[in-house]
This record gives sequence, C-alpha cells and structure tokens, in this order.
Amino acid sequence: MTFDFWAVLAEWPLLLQGLAWTLGLTVVATLVGMAVGIGGAWARAWGPAPLRWAVGVYVELIRNTPFIVQLFFIFFGLPAAGVMLTPITASLIAMVLNLGAYATEIIRAGLQATPRGQMEAAVSLALSPAQVFWRVVLPPALKKVWPAMVSQIIIVMLGSAVCGQISVEELSYAANLIQSRNFRAFEAYIIATLAYLALAILARRLFNWLGPRFLFGK
Amino acid sequence: MTEFTSWDIVRNLLLAVRWTVVLSLIAFVGGSVVGAALLALRLRGGKVAQRCIGGYVQVFQGTPLLMQLFLGYFGLGLLGLDVSPWTAAALALTLYTSAYLTEIWRGCVASIPKGQWEASTSLALSFGEQMRHVILPQAVKIATAPTVGFLVQVIKGTALASVIGFVELTKAGSMIANVTFRPFTVFACVALFYFALCFPISLFAKTLERKTNVSRA
Amino acid sequence: MSAVLETTETTTAVGAPVVRITALRKSFGTNEVLKGIDLDVLRGEVVCIIGKSGSGKSTLLRCINGLEEFQDGSLTVDGKPLLHESAMAMRALRQRVGMIFQGFNLFPHLSVGRNVMLAPTLVKKRSGADAEAQAKKLLTRVGLAEKFDAMPEQLSGGQQQRVAIARALAMEPAVLLCDEITSALDPELVGEVLRVVESLADEGMTLLMVTHEMSFARKVSDRVIFMHQGRVHEMGPPAELFGSPKTPELQQFLSSLHD
Repeated sequence: MTFDFWAVLAEWPLLLQGLAWTLGLTVVATLVGMAVGIGGAWARAWGPAPLRWAVGVYVELIRNTPFIVQLFFIFFGLPAAGVMLTPITASLIAMVLNLGAYATEIIRAGLQATPRGQMEAAVSLALSPAQVFWRVVLPPALKKVWPAMVSQIIIVMLGSAVCGQISVEELSYAANLIQSRNFRAFEAYIIATLAYLALAILARRLFNWLGPRFLFGK
Repeated sequence: MTEFTSWDIVRNLLLAVRWTVVLSLIAFVGGSVVGAALLALRLRGGKVAQRCIGGYVQVFQGTPLLMQLFLGYFGLGLLGLDVSPWTAAALALTLYTSAYLTEIWRGCVASIPKGQWEASTSLALSFGEQMRHVILPQAVKIATAPTVGFLVQVIKGTALASVIGFVELTKAGSMIANVTFRPFTVFACVALFYFALCFPISLFAKTLERKTNVSRA
Repeated sequence: MSAVLETTETTTAVGAPVVRITALRKSFGTNEVLKGIDLDVLRGEVVCIIGKSGSGKSTLLRCINGLEEFQDGSLTVDGKPLLHESAMAMRALRQRVGMIFQGFNLFPHLSVGRNVMLAPTLVKKRSGADAEAQAKKLLTRVGLAEKFDAMPEQLSGGQQQRVAIARALAMEPAVLLCDEITSALDPELVGEVLRVVESLADEGMTLLMVTHEMSFARKVSDRVIFMHQGRVHEMGPPAELFGSPKTPELQQFLSSLHD
C-alpha cells in the first residue's frame, strides 16, 4: 500500500481553482444569505401574521431537509417547471436559501434578546422605526449571535462540497477530477479534506475579524 | 416508454426510506456508544487524551461530511477490505456522529456548576460516584434536547451516502427521476419524505428544550 | 508577623490539635495568596476568620479539605497529613472534614432527604434504612423534618443552607468548615442558619468559619483570626480583637464595616 501524494499535489492549479470556487461561492452565499436572514428575522419578529407564517414554513422546510436534496430539486427539478439554471446559479440559490433559513432563526434569537429598554430609548429619541432597527437593535443582536452565525457559515461552506456533484468546479470536484485521472483517490481526498479543514479554520478567524469591523463594532 | 404514476414514484421512494431510517439508527446508536466512550476518556484522561479527542472533534466538525464518506469508502478499500457503500457509509456516519455527540455532551457536563463538583468532593465521593450520582443525572437532563436535535442532522447526513452509491432515499430519488423524467415531482416527494421524518423529531427536540429551560430557570 | 498563640484554657485536656497548619503557602500562578500560615485549631474550638476580600480567607479554608492544593508547608487533620496525590487519603480526609458553601450546592435532582443520605450510603456504606433514619434525625435537628421529600428548588435560601449543614453533618465530621455560609442569603434568612451553627458550637463541634457576621463571631467564637494579604495579621479572643484592635489594618477593617 503505497501513497503517492505528489501525483495529487502536482495538480495544484486544479486544487487552487477549486479552492477559489469554494471560497467564492461561500462569500456570495454569505452576503446574500445574511441579507435574507436579516429580512426573515425581521419578518418573524415584527411582520404581519401571514408573512410570519410563510417565513416559518420556509425555515422549517429548509432545516428539515438535506442540502443535497434542496440542490437537486433546484437544479434537476426546476427545469421541468420551466426554470433553467446553470450549475453555479443553482448552487448559489441553494446555498443562499439554505443559509438564509438558518440565519433567520439565528438572527431572530438575537433580535428577541434585545432589551426592551433599548428600543424604547431609541424611539424616545425620535428615531424612525427603520433607524431603530438598523442602528440600535440589529448591531448588538448580530454581535450576540455572531459565533453561531459564523459556525453556520462554515457549515454551509463545507456543505458546498456537494455542488461538485452537479459539476461546479469547486474543491471536491477538483479532487474527483484528479483521482479520475491518476487513480490516487485516497490521496486526493485527504488533500482536499485537509484543504477544507484549513479553510474552515481560516474562515472562522476571518469572519470573527470581519464581524466587529464592519457589522457591529467592538 | 412506460407511464409512471405518482403512486409508482411514492411507492418506490417509500421502499428506499427504510434504508435511510436503518442507516440513521445505526449511525446514531453507534455514534452514541463511541461518543460516550470518548466523553469518559475526556473527563478522566489527562491533557493528552483531551487534546487528541479535541482534535478528533475539530476534524469532523471542520471537514465536509461528503469528504468523510469518500475517505471512508476509498480508505477502507485501500486496506484491502471489500467495502460496500453501505459499510463505508455506516462507519463514516458513526464516527461523524460520535464527534458531534461527544462535543455536545462535553458542553453539557461543563455547564454543571463547579459547586456541584466541590460539594460532592467535600462529601468524600470518588470520581465514579460523583459522575454516577451527581453529575451525569444532571447532565443527561440538559443533554437530551440537543442530542435528539442532532438525530435530525444524522438523518439529513444519510442523504450524502447516495454519492458513494448507497441506495437510500436520495439515491432512489435520483434513479427514479432519471427513469420517469419527472424530476420536479420526484425530488419534491423526496424532500417531503425527509421533512416527514425530521420535522416531528425537530418539534420534539424543541419541546424538550423548552422543558429543560423552564426547570432550570 | 504571626505567632501561634497557645490558649491556656482547654489544650492540655483535649490533646493534640484537630487541625495543624504549619508555614502554609499557596499561589495561583505567580500570585501568592497565602504567605505562610501557622494555625492550630483545637477540638471543640470555634474559630472565625475575618478579613477583606482577597486576604486569602476562603483559600485557606479550601486548603484544609483539599479543594485547593498548597505548594509549601504542611497541613495535618486529626494527626494525619494531607497528601494530595493519594485519592484514598483525600477521601479519608473528607470524611473527617465537612464543608458548607456560600452557594449551598445542594444536588438539584435529589430530594432533600436523598441529598443528606447520598454520601453516607456511598462512602460509609450505610444501609438505606440507617441512612434514612439518620437523615430524618439531622433534618429535625436543623428544623426541617417535614421537608424530607421536598426538592431543593422548593426551599428558601435559608432552608437550603440548613439542609446543606445536615448533609455535611451526616458524615459525622470532626471539623466543619463554613465558607461565608450566610453571605448569599437575604438578611431575614441569616438568623435561622446562624442559630443552627450556634447550637452546633454549643454541642462542641469544631468550627472554622469565614464570615462577615461580626456580631455572631463576637458572640459564639472562641478565637477570631484577622487575615490580611495572605497572612494571619491578628489573632485572639473576640472581645480583645473587636474591642481593642492592635494593628491599623484591623482598625481600618473594623471601621469600614460600620459605614
């Protein structure tokens, strides 16, 4: 049983490209997904009853079905209903919807933990409802739930490995491609797995730094 | 081309649900046993054991389940064993579950106030007696809700076993979609079946969580 | 600064001290919290330890039953030295030394009766019936006989602390350590706990108490120790210590209490 890691590492351009795709997908999904999450959280906390119910259904559907099934439904199922999507678009939509549902719940928990007094003080200062939300309520809520949010982002990033199954050229796809060429399956997957692990660790650090910087202050 | 009724689709999917359930249970039970053993090691063993198990947890939580399944499948194959997708999936999911459960349970034990340890120590109880009579009874109560909640994750995780060829619900769905040319209906059904499995468990976990929070408040 | 004061009253009649501490030093990392403690506690003595927070009072108490490990010096309980490495020795130690905590630390999943019965059943291998009878007796002693089947959460703070005392007494210790046992109680509940402690003192229990209840210390203790910055700063009978404090630190401490 000999291992030949160099055969895999020699294909580093492919691996790097895969890494870049994984990162890119994650970043876009995070930005849009968090927007969805903030909107959904607001709707669940303060929206009219039908909207609250609709968002609730969306959240429970996503959280109780596997991501791969969501992806397959969007990519394979929707074309039958007339909606044609490229693998990348389908992946992004799936990732956004997935992260958005979890983000809705996470951020909602943060919003509901806001002390009532904060909102009353802001309203007393004649801030508009929108201002109260964006400037007084949301930032501390995000800060409180940021660790959970970052964990969820990483989960979605690791989940994106499945997108290689619909030919998105991200990291797992690169590993598959490499091993189909040189038959070094174990080595290829080990290297890809280590790359994911490194990504997960780095991404956590990055988001822990980004959050305070741009979203909610120290 | 034969015409497939919706009932044909549903019937075939239902047959595949069996395998999803079986794989989920094997992974959950197996993972619980391994996770409990790891927890005991973590609590009793020295810094080395704790660091190793911490690393084990980090690896499983920081890498895609898909990769873990691939490695299980191809890794075992390397050892010369003739591995079926079924065995590889069972092994990978069991280890995956064990990592998450040991971490959940460690957190629950850690949340027991230090005073409980100090009081039982001061009463001359041994470590084993402390665990059995004071710490674990309290930890189990706290751990029940998140452990039940994780079962949902396990069920969803079995869907990835389809990628290494294990014929469970998702794989059956892919195959049926290819044959019937009705992917929209088929995958919608697949999603609904997972929902039917997972949603009641999620609700139950939420009820449990509310109960433990009330009793602790 | 400290010198061991040999009290003339009861030493020779009783014999060797129950707790003997010699040159005890303890640090948390680089921070030395106990800077050489010498202390003898005689059987039946009630010793109250007072001082500012951070003076090392609780740490000293926790060294005596091994919850904290010390780096230097020696500690002997009932003639037996404290050996941290030996689990068996520590277990034997804790059967001789009981502790009551500021936060009560009752076991929330066990009823009051079972809280008291747990340790005697497991450690002293007492039979269920014996342990139950003993528990009932002790709960009557602390005035909570009717609460045998109640759960801790149903009790007030004062009641929980009295259960904690019964629980510690069930192990029939030679020494009882009390670590600020009334500090977490609402004022109106403090009295019921102190009355139990006073009755224990009257019965001849050896008590070592870290406390802020100065009137109690004055009334009940045989000796008061004032700790300051990790050392025994002053030591003596309560009338002397409270009435005529010798050092400026003690004078300052006592006056700050009256603010």
